[in-house]
Amino acid sequence: MNLALKDIGFQRLRFAATGLGLGLLFTLVLAMGGIYKGLVEEATQLADSLEADIWIVQRDTRGPFAERSVLPAETEARAQVVTGVRSARAFTYVFIQREHRGRPLRLGLVGLAWPLDRGDRLPIVEGRALRAGRYEMVADRMLGFALGEVVHLSDENYTVVGLTRGMVSSSGDGIAFFTLADAQRIEGYLAPESLRLARAGRTGSSFPAPFETAIAPRQEQVSAILVEVAPGASAADVLQAFQAWPDVTARSASEQRALLLQVVDKPRRQILLFRVLLLAISGIIVSLILYNMTVARTHEIGVLKLMGARTSMVAGMILQQAMLLWAAGYAVALALAVLTFDRFPRKVTLTGEEIVLVGVVVFVVCVLGGLAGVVRALRIPANLVLAS
Amino acid sequence: MSALGAEALRAEGLVKTYGSGHTALRALDDVSISTRRGEVAALLGPSGAGKSTLLQALGLLSLPEQGTISVGGRVVAVDGQAREDLAAIRRGGMGFVFQKANLIPFLTARENVLLALQINGRVGAPAAKRADDLLGYLELTERAAHYPAMLSGGEQQRVSIARALANEPAVVFADEPTAALDKKRGRDVIELLGEAAHDHGTSVFVVTHDHRTLDLFDTIYEMEDGRLRPQPPVS
Repeated sequence: MNLALKDIGFQRLRFAATGLGLGLLFTLVLAMGGIYKGLVEEATQLADSLEADIWIVQRDTRGPFAERSVLPAETEARAQVVTGVRSARAFTYVFIQREHRGRPLRLGLVGLAWPLDRGDRLPIVEGRALRAGRYEMVADRMLGFALGEVVHLSDENYTVVGLTRGMVSSSGDGIAFFTLADAQRIEGYLAPESLRLARAGRTGSSFPAPFETAIAPRQEQVSAILVEVAPGASAADVLQAFQAWPDVTARSASEQRALLLQVVDKPRRQILLFRVLLLAISGIIVSLILYNMTVARTHEIGVLKLMGARTSMVAGMILQQAMLLWAAGYAVALALAVLTFDRFPRKVTLTGEEIVLVGVVVFVVCVLGGLAGVVRALRIPANLVLAS
Repeated sequence: MSALGAEALRAEGLVKTYGSGHTALRALDDVSISTRRGEVAALLGPSGAGKSTLLQALGLLSLPEQGTISVGGRVVAVDGQAREDLAAIRRGGMGFVFQKANLIPFLTARENVLLALQINGRVGAPAAKRADDLLGYLELTERAAHYPAMLSGGEQQRVSIARALANEPAVVFADEPTAALDKKRGRDVIELLGEAAHDHGTSVFVVTHDHRTLDLFDTIYEMEDGRLRPQPPVS
């Protein structure tokens, strides 16, 4: 006869409610870990998916993600002829905030070097990559666009041909991918009245300029050049060659990744600290629950001890209940994680390693809580029932 | 009354003092007592006379500073020091019945009896048969699957008697077992304990205030100011 199971069976609803409460608490612990990992993944996923070996950005900047980076577009052509370079692609990255269907729309605007880069490397979960040089876009699901939806940006319409997952900026805004030309047009669009004023201003000066001059300089700027090293070539040598250029800063992929992680360093540390705090709170709550369960059974434990029950029997009952509560709570937590984490606004990454790690940690917390109950039980005198 | 068997319990020269100095209270003052198998003994006395202290000492729950306690002829405690595993002696050699039944609420009547057997290492079919036999003996077969909350006070007390008798103990201690029952049910419980004592060869030691049932005891003791004196049986 297992006393722990008998007790739990007798008060099923109470146990279920306690297990549910613990499950919600453990879900938070899992979520914090998932958000932590998700933050790291979100920060690096865009850079990782672009598969560049070397990033060339504006001199002495930490662009294009941590700060603005502006390079002349011809840098792409200069990079392509460097020994050991397989490909060099221009890349733009800016944020825009527009209105769509009456709601504010903030998105990361990425321009890919069409036709060299059509977005085939992106984690497309629905639809396809870019297949036309103009008026197509691949958007992250977070932006809420449907496949085939036409989105009006600046003065043109763009059709959503593909949807990605997890492609967001470090601030959590969804990213949309266009050809470089489209991205530059969207970013640099000026309303007709603005153009007229610009032209009038120039016409009024001693150096009259044609219409194209008003917008041309913006079209020749990019945020970065993504370099792929040729097979067999030394990435370090190629990087060194670019680092010798006086007008740019060149970084390896790992340096760029480290830079991206610096961008989210504070939120990461904050989440980590919050998670530690949450674990401590969980430990205290679990200990209190198990301690109070023991206190509620003081009389019965006194009867057991009076009858000569061994310490192992009493301790076993409490520890088994602690473990059953852990099992029930963690099962609830895992179920909730599977059902809800995908619906969180930011990416929550749940890995098998994380499931095992958190499971072990909360198991230890439950056992420690159970031990607090055991210590209480051991202090209950065998003559309690006679004395009361 | 029936013929008494071998000595079940013996205590000699028990002294127990609470507090110290001028506030010291001698709860047991050189108390000696012995019971035999099959004997049903009552312990009377006013509140504060030392009845509960004696019960705790004889039940090996709180040892006195002085004196010797023997169970079944074996010395188990001398001058406050245990000579054997007292919990083990309680497991197999003693049973307890209280004013309230003190059943485990999350176990059925049958499981409460089985628990006493399990604590003593008795499990499986023989233990189940023993529990069923005892419940049948106490006319509780129909109520075996009921939880304590579903039983009447008298039924709960009978289950607690079955639990106390489960391991064929040498001694059953009963602390005011009739206090919460009416006269008829109180007599029923004492009669039942008496029958069990005689049928199972168990010594039953009852602390009681209930003078209405004194005619059912083989021996009556009275305590006052920590001292024990035998009383003549009530005819």
